[in-house]
Amino acid sequence: MTKRKPAEVSMQILFLLCGLVAVAFVLLITAYLIAAGLPAIRQVGLASFLFGRTWDSTNETDPRFGILPLILTSVYGAAGAIVVGVPIGLLTAIFLAKAAPPRLAGLLRPAVSLLAGIPSVVYGLVGMCVLVPALRAWLNLPAGDSLLAAILVLAVMILPSVIDLSAAALEAVPKEYEEASLALGATEPETWFRVSVPAAKSGIAAAVALGIGRAIGEAMAILMVAGNVANMPSLLRSVRFLTTGIAIEMNYAAPGSLQRQALFSIGLVLFLFIMLINILLSLTVKRGKEV
Amino acid sequence: MPDKTILSAKDLDFFYGPAQALRHITANIPANQVTAFIGPSGCGKSTFLRTINRMNDLIPIARVTGSLTFHGRDIYAPGVDVTALRRQIGMVFQKPNPFPMSVYDNVAYGPRTHGTCDRAKLDAIVEDSLRAAAIWDEVKDRLKKSALSLSGGQQQRVCIARALAVRPEVLLMDEATSALDPISTAKIEDLILELRERFTIIMVTHNMQQAARISDKTAFFLMGELIEYTATERLFSMPRDKRTEDYITGRFG
Amino acid sequence: MARMRWPSPRRGLFNAVLRLLLWLSAALTGGLLVAIVCYVCYRGLPGLSWQFLSSAESILQGTAGILPSIFNTLYVIILSLLIVLPLGVGAAVYLTEYARSRRLTAMIEFAAETLAGIPSMIYALVGVILFCTALGLQKTLLAGSLTLAIMTLPTIVRATQESLKTVPKAYREGALGLGAGKWRMIRTVVLPSSVDGIVTGCILAAGRVVGETAVLMYTAGLSTAMQDFSTIQGLMKASGSTLTVALYVYAKERADFAAAFSVATVLLFLTVLINLAASLAGKCLRRG
Repeated sequence: MTKRKPAEVSMQILFLLCGLVAVAFVLLITAYLIAAGLPAIRQVGLASFLFGRTWDSTNETDPRFGILPLILTSVYGAAGAIVVGVPIGLLTAIFLAKAAPPRLAGLLRPAVSLLAGIPSVVYGLVGMCVLVPALRAWLNLPAGDSLLAAILVLAVMILPSVIDLSAAALEAVPKEYEEASLALGATEPETWFRVSVPAAKSGIAAAVALGIGRAIGEAMAILMVAGNVANMPSLLRSVRFLTTGIAIEMNYAAPGSLQRQALFSIGLVLFLFIMLINILLSLTVKRGKEV
Repeated sequence: MPDKTILSAKDLDFFYGPAQALRHITANIPANQVTAFIGPSGCGKSTFLRTINRMNDLIPIARVTGSLTFHGRDIYAPGVDVTALRRQIGMVFQKPNPFPMSVYDNVAYGPRTHGTCDRAKLDAIVEDSLRAAAIWDEVKDRLKKSALSLSGGQQQRVCIARALAVRPEVLLMDEATSALDPISTAKIEDLILELRERFTIIMVTHNMQQAARISDKTAFFLMGELIEYTATERLFSMPRDKRTEDYITGRFG
Repeated sequence: MARMRWPSPRRGLFNAVLRLLLWLSAALTGGLLVAIVCYVCYRGLPGLSWQFLSSAESILQGTAGILPSIFNTLYVIILSLLIVLPLGVGAAVYLTEYARSRRLTAMIEFAAETLAGIPSMIYALVGVILFCTALGLQKTLLAGSLTLAIMTLPTIVRATQESLKTVPKAYREGALGLGAGKWRMIRTVVLPSSVDGIVTGCILAAGRVVGETAVLMYTAGLSTAMQDFSTIQGLMKASGSTLTVALYVYAKERADFAAAFSVATVLLFLTVLINLAASLAGKCLRRG
């Protein structure tokens, strides 16, 4: 027996360290967010921070740090994006995985990945210059910057991930299921909707969860179309999300001020939201694998 | 009593792109009997079975010429509704393939597809079909459980029940017992003999003993050709063709 | 008697509607892309001159120019890839070649998934506290690149891992059977045959860097002036806007939409290029 060469051992340790870097980053991010986010929450009070209906951080005499409007806006925004985006995304995925002639699918696939690659500021710019004025004109609003505009932009932005994951799940449905359904005299569309989609449901659920995560996490595009006033959410009014709540004040909040600390507290809340969704996501994926 | 022909092929050719998989198949298949297709793998027996309910339509490069009639009507005539055809000609596959749904939903799938929504009617159809497939007693207490939780033999009988639930006239069985254990196979063979009263059964099998045990007529395929097709007893006791004899005596295949 | 016709006109209609819905949704998805690309190009192409691409903006002459932002973008891509590549590939190698404990593997993979799911606004906050403040880097492209390196780590790990998994076991056994050590086997056999995955990972990571705005806006600065990339000192201190940040500044803070759309056109072009490169890399580098 020879001893393992020192080079081998040190490389193994080096690779282990690389692997642990990801874990270290997650811990670091969590620790820093908690450390930076807690002071303001402690000062404002957890209940009045989470459930306060007024965000008025720059009021010199009586600043208010209630983020309920931000939380609700993020929830409604994500829900709206899902309601608009998931049906279109799922139908497109069925088309791509089942109905499309191969040539057309070959064109649509790169189109979807291009849609995924477009920077969010470009979506924001187009939303700002096309969607917002259009909404103002059609709905006769004083301003088109609104939750509705943000929902529409988010719906487009979550499309690629919903399509990608759902199509992959649909393609993985065993052919035997579809054959059995066709042999019973079901038509192709009936087979896709009544056998393929239910059989792919855990993958589709994961696609929706990913879409929710994207919608909650998006900042730049909606910063450009939502108007950014911290109103309680209403479809046609200007609103502020958790992400944009941080973004809009980040560059001018004085270091060390309660305002700046409160922004980190919003970050902590956002982080907890996302972790919750991630855990749900990995649970749905796991359950899907077991069935 | 003369055999009443339900399916009739005449000069049927089948191509996968440039490759010819069936050559000039001519055969009359009698109603309410069990017909077995035997032959070595790749001989065309499964291809022929799948032309009967047009499952080969799913392959884009497939092409059929000649005629194949069901009750005297051409299955491949333009304007034929494939879904209605497949409703009348049911199919059971080699590997049990229940949908990932409950036993009940599996069996009710076909009737629902064809427009039966009434709960009481569905209940009756499900029970009838499961009884006809000789599985009712085993699953009646777990109709709401996933069909995937059943054993392979039970799954296959649920698939048979699912095929019977749309009240077909013909049942195609594509090596339906080849993935099962001997006990499950015996159960399904008994079932086939019972079902013969009410349905026309066409089965593909690689198992000659099985064909000999339960079929009334047997067709022997080789390299896309129908070599011999006659009463089962006759085919196994005094084959006319040398190639049939070689095959059934185990000299090849 | 055979009944070989439509069972009911209602069912036929239902099927036609389902098919129509599928086609409509797909057309909407494709149409959206075409509409966005056409609109951006329509508004952006007229302002896209050589001068716009090849100079810094000049307030004296009143001309716009995005050369500094192009340089900043390239610098951030290169720097963040240089940082993340060894870490990401190393982590992937550990996961596929060394890891024995399933617990540890699960933990590392969960961490990578978590990193992939964290929104960029959170990375911006972390970058601000960790790199700009705690490490004292202030708002520099270096701080931005470090933050982006964390953000793109999962992309590299996953792409490399996928590729490593497809290296045939026979290669590994062949090398080990000749008496090669594990590290030697990895260096001479495993890594060279998963170059395609590593390159694809780099391209995808570059795509994320090009598209990222929030992180860079708060960690790398907003300046549109030319930075000094010629000295180490300059590289460390360089601070400014990448293309996406420049777009945001033009659109939201200066309401100069012509310039914003021109930048958007450049970004679209880059996105197309990166997507093409990614699919080509997958095809061309696949070992034969």
